[in-house]
Amino acid sequence: MAEMEIKPLRLNFGPQHPAAHGVLRCVLDMDGEIIERADPHIGLLHRGTEKLIEYKTYLQAVPYFDRLDYVAPINQEHAFALAVEKLLGIEVPPRAQYIRVLFSEIGRILNHILNITTFAIDVGAMTPILWGFEEREKLMEFYERASGARLHTAYFRPGGVHQDLPAGLLDDIGRFCETFPQHIEDFEGLLTNNRIFRQRTVDIGVVSRQDAMDWGFSGPMVRGSGVPWDLRKSQPYECYEDLDFDIPVGKKGDCFDRYLCRVEEMRQSLGIMRQCIEKMPDGPVAVENNKVTPPKRGAMKQSMEALIHHFKLYTEGYHVPPGETYSVVEAPKGEFGVFLVSDGSNRPYRCKIRAPGFAHLAAMNHLCKGHMLADSVAILGSMDVVFGEIDR
Amino acid sequence: MAEPWVLELWEGYALPGVIIVAQILAITAPLLFFVAYLTYAERKVIAAMHLRKGPNVVGPFGLLQPIADAVKLLFKETIVPAGASPVIFLMAPMLTFILALIGWAVIPFGAGLVLADINVGILYLFAISSLGVYGVIMAGWASNSKYPFLGALRSAAQMVSYEVSMGFVIITVLLCVGSLNLSDIVLAQQGDYGMFGWFWLPLLPMFIVFFISTLAETNRTPFDLPEGESELVAGFFLEYSSFPFALFFLGEYANMILMSAMTTILFLGGWLPIVDIAPFNWIPGPIWFAGKIAVVLFVFLWVRATFPRYRYDQLMRLGWKVFLPLSLFWVVATAGFLIAFDLVPNT
Repeated sequence: MAEMEIKPLRLNFGPQHPAAHGVLRCVLDMDGEIIERADPHIGLLHRGTEKLIEYKTYLQAVPYFDRLDYVAPINQEHAFALAVEKLLGIEVPPRAQYIRVLFSEIGRILNHILNITTFAIDVGAMTPILWGFEEREKLMEFYERASGARLHTAYFRPGGVHQDLPAGLLDDIGRFCETFPQHIEDFEGLLTNNRIFRQRTVDIGVVSRQDAMDWGFSGPMVRGSGVPWDLRKSQPYECYEDLDFDIPVGKKGDCFDRYLCRVEEMRQSLGIMRQCIEKMPDGPVAVENNKVTPPKRGAMKQSMEALIHHFKLYTEGYHVPPGETYSVVEAPKGEFGVFLVSDGSNRPYRCKIRAPGFAHLAAMNHLCKGHMLADSVAILGSMDVVFGEIDR
Repeated sequence: MAEPWVLELWEGYALPGVIIVAQILAITAPLLFFVAYLTYAERKVIAAMHLRKGPNVVGPFGLLQPIADAVKLLFKETIVPAGASPVIFLMAPMLTFILALIGWAVIPFGAGLVLADINVGILYLFAISSLGVYGVIMAGWASNSKYPFLGALRSAAQMVSYEVSMGFVIITVLLCVGSLNLSDIVLAQQGDYGMFGWFWLPLLPMFIVFFISTLAETNRTPFDLPEGESELVAGFFLEYSSFPFALFFLGEYANMILMSAMTTILFLGGWLPIVDIAPFNWIPGPIWFAGKIAVVLFVFLWVRATFPRYRYDQLMRLGWKVFLPLSLFWVVATAGFLIAFDLVPNT
């Protein structure tokens, strides 16, 4: 009999698929249930953020960062604010730094709750997500009380934060830090020691130490493989130097290790939040330089200069000295960077955004090859992709 | 006065026919009612475990929700995909639904309360539940689409695998009973010890294997791979809409009740009260029977809210490498025990 070439079954995984985490289109070549090749396609959520930012003033660019990784919006703003501040050469007052760290860690918990619970739903456990969203809602209410918006906060602005915290918010966040560990226990009770969950995640999607670095992974993806790399420790920004926290690392680099890293990071974040609340200094929440941050409302009623400053800031914006910078923060998903080039005008000349999920998704084929169809869903879940930041 | 042949026709054929139809209706009508409210119960129970409310808008406490769902599905358009094979495509849900209903013919609801008291009742039931896989394969094949196809392949492998160990479990029970008649199986569990004399205690490992196999047989979590939502979208019934979809849906839930009834009969003493003393044996048998089914069904729902889904190869490994040797061993052990202590029934 003549030799026959057997064509693999080509499966179109997404963009409309319950486990595609948004709009991922992944073309899978299948040999039965085994994946021979995974080909991720991106671009279905491309909005041209980087180009749009070139046509906005620096202040107007801030809300675009909320809309990148819409699971933890505030951490993206942080990277942009740091970049602009570096170009402007200004130092943020201590209270603003502590507020920023506090809310960045809330963002980390927001992200990890969503990731852990959707990962659980990807492997078939549907209860954690409904428990988790209750807690996310509480955290978003803290965002709302600080900035007025639950999700797209535009709260971290170049020069500091937009407004001071309302009375009582710190106490409520402190109370949350006391109750939330019990909820982490509940998630772990359903997942960590569940035999089926372990069978679905242990030894699935293993990333070796070397692979993790070669593929440019960051965040829990690289820490799960045993590399203790965290920008909060390796190049501390804001007040992270003064805070005491640990970096959890995995051993094998499989989906289960990444899950455990995220769970432990939530606990560490709670610790950071407690320290921030304890140490929160008094003082201004933004640099008192009215060329960059708006004057007080009351001052505008009295002072001609304040009124002019306000008018100039919200029409023309401020001019940033020529130069370029790459500023990074440790976003919940990994290294989130902004490469900002200024030509001295009131608008960025170029704003390149480095999204961690992009590098992770690029390794899809590498991680999925040889695994089963159900594993690809688990791997995708443990990568923590959000298409807002990948497609930008 | 009517002609003698008319009388003969009436008494010989028509009257029994009318009685049988009436009996069938007396079983199926409440059954469909329970199927509808099982979907409601599932949503409410799981909602409670998720800390949310579940259906609460249609009618008081959302009690009319199943009816609203049925009406919605009835009035939707039945879509047959262009590439599908229409006859098989539409036959598959009917087959699933019919098979889920006809199994009830041999189920004894109480002492003597059974439509067909046949001597091979358990074999009939086992055969009917095994045929269920055809509905799934036909649906997956006739849809002419990739996800349903993969779902159907998984389902065929899964149902066949778990039936093997289920068969051995049933043999173990039969060894202890000495009859294939379902009423006899229940009566064999009647004794002085009440609920501790039922087979679940002496055959505890088999009870557990059987329960897990029924989860696999009805495609429920953690064995819901054929419809694995996060991988195969909806699995074998992906292409179905409107009433064919409703038939699959009702068939799945009717099968759950049927399998719970089977578990109740084999291991939980069917219609027998938990202890045979005054307040308990006043309650009629069918109510005990329904109550025990409800308990088993609650565990079905509880499992669904708790567990993640198995992967295809892990499911196969569990079926062939764990359950099959265990149940085979238990058959031999039970038979040996019965022979050794001269406890073999009907000798």
